[in-house]
Amino acid sequence: MDIIINGRTIEFSVDPRTSLLDLLRDHLGLTGSKKGCNQGACGACTVLVDGERINSCLALAVQYQGRKITTVEGLARNGDLHSLQRAFIEHDGFQCGYCTPGQLCSAVAMVDEWERGLPSVVTQELAAQGIALDRDEIRERMSGNLCRCGAYNGIVEAITATFENLP
Amino acid sequence: MKPFTYERARDPNEALRLVGTDGGAKYLGGGTNLVDLMRERIEAPERLVDVTRLSTEIEGKPDGGLVIGAAATNTALAAHRAIREQYPMLARAVLAGASAQIRNMATVGGNVLQRTRCIYFYDEASRCNKREPGAGCDALDGFNRMHAILGASSACIATHPSDMCVALVALDAVVHTLGVEGERSIPLVDLHRLPAGRPDIETELKPGELITKIELPPPLTKRSTYRKVRDRASYAFALVSVAAEVDVTNGKVRDVRLALGGVATKPWRAWKAEEALRGQAATEPSFRAAAEAELVEAAGLRHNEFKIELAKRTLVAVLCELAGVAT
Repeated sequence: MDIIINGRTIEFSVDPRTSLLDLLRDHLGLTGSKKGCNQGACGACTVLVDGERINSCLALAVQYQGRKITTVEGLARNGDLHSLQRAFIEHDGFQCGYCTPGQLCSAVAMVDEWERGLPSVVTQELAAQGIALDRDEIRERMSGNLCRCGAYNGIVEAITATFENLP
Repeated sequence: MKPFTYERARDPNEALRLVGTDGGAKYLGGGTNLVDLMRERIEAPERLVDVTRLSTEIEGKPDGGLVIGAAATNTALAAHRAIREQYPMLARAVLAGASAQIRNMATVGGNVLQRTRCIYFYDEASRCNKREPGAGCDALDGFNRMHAILGASSACIATHPSDMCVALVALDAVVHTLGVEGERSIPLVDLHRLPAGRPDIETELKPGELITKIELPPPLTKRSTYRKVRDRASYAFALVSVAAEVDVTNGKVRDVRLALGGVATKPWRAWKAEEALRGQAATEPSFRAAAEAELVEAAGLRHNEFKIELAKRTLVAVLCELAGVAT
């Protein structure tokens, strides 16, 4: 079985019970994605599949053969942090850092969803062409990522600062 | 988790053949519920048949309705322009459920067949008639704040957790299936069973039967919405939810379709409230009378009595919003 992780094609053979998260952490040594609740409630395991965010703890690795996975290890380019990673540092978007890899992957995909025009449950006009990515929208769209240190204000500020200049 | 084999079906007939009818296999959609249930040893299939590569299409019908492939993701449903414009209650219901990550994984067919989040169903140390028929129900005298006030029995008070299904039953959705005896269609409102004495039997589906698509007739009106009341602002199951579509003409309710979530053992079509409303003046007193009619048989337990009044008020508030009546 093949899977593409952070741009590299990797051949793997695992028991069908193996989650994508365990494949990443235990078999491939990519320990950035975290196992918080292991039941889809906390978002610490969030990774991107073909650019879309999912909970890798609820994903069976065999189901993702041939797909392109991006983990937090794949966000930096040539040693330069992603702009969102820099903003998290600048705006205190974390304390202990445990939820941060999931928050970062989630935020990258969240902005992509917003650019594609996907509404959220707090969007007033569901059919609107342009939706303002304000504080309420960001908080709703990031609600699948818990932070038990309570760094939410910093997280929202970091996301706002990174993406407010997008067209 | 018990060992299992994994196969990916290329078409519905292959899926049907791979799953068989011996009860040892399960269809696998996004896995957001099934994988968790397998870890908790509530589900223990020997074979998983992946159906996520089957129909993901969402297509308009000539009559103005819509056909949704069972493997379409929840996100795809909420993103679809025709659903956002013509069926806003459905887009809102989907977006009110779970988190973005889970909506990206979860399929429409899987959402329909997800199982209850009753804490006693998940707790191996508790008695549960869903998990072990005849064992008893520890929720009845337990912490039953999240449990059902409608459609419950002395064997089970677990709620159906879906938001999407509440909107779909209000919209008269029809489920299309493929089974060993061929294709058939079942109105969604009839797919889920009331628990009665056998809460372990949750739907009318036969062994091996596969949900292939869901069909929606044209909406009554574009004036529809879904309101979800929950313990926190996002990412929580409903205490009460209301899906509503109201056609008000000359100050009167010409037609209406209503359903309730979070309060019943299945997605609950509010037939009594609809009947009480048709032809009536679109005013708050009529809405209140309709809500009273729907909840007349509601039965509260020690911790969920509050849901009866909450359901009535939410129903009235949603109807006022849609009819443009000040409260």
